[in-house]
Amino acid sequence: MSENGIGAAVLRKEDDRLLTGRGQFTDDINRPGQAHMSILRSPLAHARIVSIDTSAAEEAPGVVAVLTGREMAEDGVGGLPCGWLITSKDGSPMVEPPHPALPADRVRYVGDQVAAVIAETREAARAAAALVDVEYEELPAAATLASATRDGAPLVWDEAPGNICYDWEVGDAEATEAAFRGADHIVSLDVVNNRLIPNAIEPRAAIGEYDSRTGDHTLFTTTQNPHLIRLLLGAFVMGIPESKLRIVAPDVGGGFGSKIHHYAEEVIVTWAAKRLGRPVKWTAERSESFVSDRHGRDHLSHAELALDAEGRFLGLRVTTAANLGAYLSTFSTCVPTYLYGILFAGPYTTPAIYVEVKGVFSNTVPVDALRGAGRPEATFLLERLVDKAARETGIDPVELRRRNLIRPDQFPYQTPVALQYDVGDYQATLDLALEMAGADAFEERRAEARARGRLRGLGVSTFLEACGIAPSAVVGSLGCRAGLYESGQVRVHPTGSVTVYTGTHSHGQGHETTFAQLVSDELGVPIDQVEVVHGDTQQIPFGMGTYGSRSLAVGGAAIYNATQKVINKGKRIAAHLLEASEADIEFENGSFTVAGTDRAKAFGEIALAAYVPHDYPIEELEPGLDETAFYDPKNFTFPAGAHIVEVEIDPETGTVELVQVTGVDDLGRIINPMIVAGQLHGGLAHGIGQALLEECQYDENGQLLTGSYLNYTMPRAADLPNFELGHNTTLCTHNPLGVKGVGEVGSIGVCPAVINAVVDALSEHGVTHIDMPATPERVWRAIQSSQA
Amino acid sequence: MQDFTFRRPASLADAVEALRSIPGGKLLAGGQSLIPVMKLDLAAPATLVPVAGLGELRGIRLEGSELVIGAGMTHREVGESAEVAGAIPALAALAGAIGDPQVRNRGTLGGSVAHNDPAADYPAALLALDATVVTDRREVSAADFLGSMFETALADDEVITAVRFRVPEAAAYAKFPNPASKYAIVGVMVARSPGGVRVAVTGAAPGAFRHEGMERALAADFSASSLDGVPVDAEELLSDPQASAEYRAHLVGVMARRAVEACG
Repeated sequence: MSENGIGAAVLRKEDDRLLTGRGQFTDDINRPGQAHMSILRSPLAHARIVSIDTSAAEEAPGVVAVLTGREMAEDGVGGLPCGWLITSKDGSPMVEPPHPALPADRVRYVGDQVAAVIAETREAARAAAALVDVEYEELPAAATLASATRDGAPLVWDEAPGNICYDWEVGDAEATEAAFRGADHIVSLDVVNNRLIPNAIEPRAAIGEYDSRTGDHTLFTTTQNPHLIRLLLGAFVMGIPESKLRIVAPDVGGGFGSKIHHYAEEVIVTWAAKRLGRPVKWTAERSESFVSDRHGRDHLSHAELALDAEGRFLGLRVTTAANLGAYLSTFSTCVPTYLYGILFAGPYTTPAIYVEVKGVFSNTVPVDALRGAGRPEATFLLERLVDKAARETGIDPVELRRRNLIRPDQFPYQTPVALQYDVGDYQATLDLALEMAGADAFEERRAEARARGRLRGLGVSTFLEACGIAPSAVVGSLGCRAGLYESGQVRVHPTGSVTVYTGTHSHGQGHETTFAQLVSDELGVPIDQVEVVHGDTQQIPFGMGTYGSRSLAVGGAAIYNATQKVINKGKRIAAHLLEASEADIEFENGSFTVAGTDRAKAFGEIALAAYVPHDYPIEELEPGLDETAFYDPKNFTFPAGAHIVEVEIDPETGTVELVQVTGVDDLGRIINPMIVAGQLHGGLAHGIGQALLEECQYDENGQLLTGSYLNYTMPRAADLPNFELGHNTTLCTHNPLGVKGVGEVGSIGVCPAVINAVVDALSEHGVTHIDMPATPERVWRAIQSSQA
Repeated sequence: MQDFTFRRPASLADAVEALRSIPGGKLLAGGQSLIPVMKLDLAAPATLVPVAGLGELRGIRLEGSELVIGAGMTHREVGESAEVAGAIPALAALAGAIGDPQVRNRGTLGGSVAHNDPAADYPAALLALDATVVTDRREVSAADFLGSMFETALADDEVITAVRFRVPEAAAYAKFPNPASKYAIVGVMVARSPGGVRVAVTGAAPGAFRHEGMERALAADFSASSLDGVPVDAEELLSDPQASAEYRAHLVGVMARRAVEACG
């Protein structure tokens, strides 16, 4: 391992600018002549727009224009497309209603866009927005998943009876029924997966710009995937050719999935900039983020697990209602289906699985991917069910898991729900986690806590996730309307420094460092001579962006393949210069050497020869050293882990204190262990937030009850213990780096471990389940009801 | 936030005059409640008159059986004050646990009392410590000063200059914070004095209040166990996404017992 190569904890190259306040975020960008936009949002969850009177707003000081759905329709602007077509059990396509950026006749959630007010200053736009007079005819709202699925519920869309978007299935219903018929134990559980608000530290922002001389559009925006936005906005919404539409995602301050999606404001600023002939800028206020960023999770599920007398899992069936919100956001439809249903084998050998999912419309903010996206929901349900099975059968929860984990000799392992796992060693991962957590001595700690009047519990979760969703041909056959490959370009400059162009996007993940380490290691170029460029469609090759823990496993693999093309070309140049056969040239530590000799050319000499081809095999080889690779993975990657959480509960108040959080993960090869630790810490904080603190609540009228930090609880440093982290590594078998992904691990694995620990602590009170978040009141009530 | 004029007064008298004469003028103390409200456009005063730095509002001193704290003293200053820690350690602890360090560095005693947020900590201390609110023109007992949520006896042009707290034999404050905002879901201050026992509750109801049943029980027997079985009526308490009225009623009992235990 070189000092800055693969495996080294290199300090992040991007941190100098980011930590000293010199990042360049979308809101830091100001274009000449720009105007500012404020969005007037619906205060009602469901209403018909009777009329919109913009005259007072138009006359307000500094106002440039007030635009509504009527003007947008006049200009022929299309609606926001959904990226994945789900087909129901009966073969029918999902109900796919229109998704206008500015609805003209009906609003469907609190926060829906009603009018765009554009003025000389942000303050003027905001003040004038309050003067837009909208007459609404309020309609009954389907405000929660429970109320939207009730008989006679108000319809969000007339074309979706029962508010059902699709009724999907995966697995073998018949085989699963047969497994249940032969079972010795059947364990069942109802689970709520709480609704979350993403809360990236940087609010969303967008600037539209139009050059009337050239007809070029530019959109600066807070996105995780600039090319995807270019495709959706250009081809589906605005009808702008890619060659005339540039998307720039500069520094972006966190996404967690919420900045994957194509948003109405991106459409409105792009359209308004051309219509008004000047750049238009919009930055969300924090209150707007709560009611317009796509929310996450929100499931109601019933699950049953069939076991034989020895505790072996025979079958699993799951029925889920997933809230999609009022409109179909970009990848909303695949999250509770293809990123959820196919995860239910988990790390276990369950032979028969059947999953049914209804996607449900409601009068709430659209729901889409949020860190983990489907996989936390599946993992939580499965790991809670396994723990409940352990309690009901009397088998120790760890032992029950051991009896069912896939053994190393069973790989590649074909699950009954489509996925084929390539590699893993789940028992060893669990063993290491138990050792690090001091699980052997837990009962002593429980007794000591009891003496202090506290309830102590230990919870385990063994899990896997599917990352780097792929391959394109398979996801295409399942309804995905995009390819899921990634591009990487390695441009070697004449004196040997390197610029790397990646289609992935970094918004906190540290790609500028990780990818530089990778290229530095492969090419033997010092890391300070490797620059990573991302985020600007005018600079980088077409790429799919960053989500689903894919950047290294897919984007890194593309970059790696591009480095191999560079090395292979370099060998041909070296063979010419060294008058040797190409087959005899070896490349190591930045040097091309004739095997078995000391005759060598440095990487920089080869680069110079490629660009100054005076002595060069010009007849058979093009000049230059600039290679691009597109990598389409053969399979998902399957990071896996064992998380163990220990809690103490104050039975008088119900307060849960996290005493210890241990995570042992198999992430494949690790490029930068410091960045990996950071990603794990962030993911664990996210998962702990879901388990104990965060809960988006609507009232029955569809008003958001948790619309600010006064009542939506984000995890803070003081809420978290130090994390004990370990690794048990097996290398991914099908990508060239052996990497698996890390961005979502914490948020997937830790939630059930937290709740299993809480239930364990409360088990002496007869508590068998508690929903997330396990707030003090909820815990207190669980204790009260057991005493009643 | 709307634009506003910032009019810095030279003295307390100047501040009162400014508040009296400027239409739409509003006193600004530490700004930890008013500024967020202005950012949400829920208030849009045309002129702000900042008073926290005025000499007349500064200082902490013991006057006989009373601890007098200037209205402009920040929560951090009160929390770290040796005088406060010596006379009423529970009050120093209360101030030192308000909000977060940023709030404590800016927020003031007078601002908190004038705002009378039903979940703020200070109102419990004012009631439990039989405090007197001193303004530029009069002195008002805490019980008469504090109204229901966000309401006080303060006139628009009146400035709180200090609060006089009666020094008790023993006192303690037990708080169950809202996990999101860190305001009190329930905060209970118990104070024992020769004149009797006071139990003041904040966070639980639309305004801070004294719990007479608990006061009677503790006057008879100052022990946590004497509170067992003393009913707390959930009927009048607040309910929100973080805590129902029933849970708040339960917490009032728990926090009161913990405060009594902490009195030693």
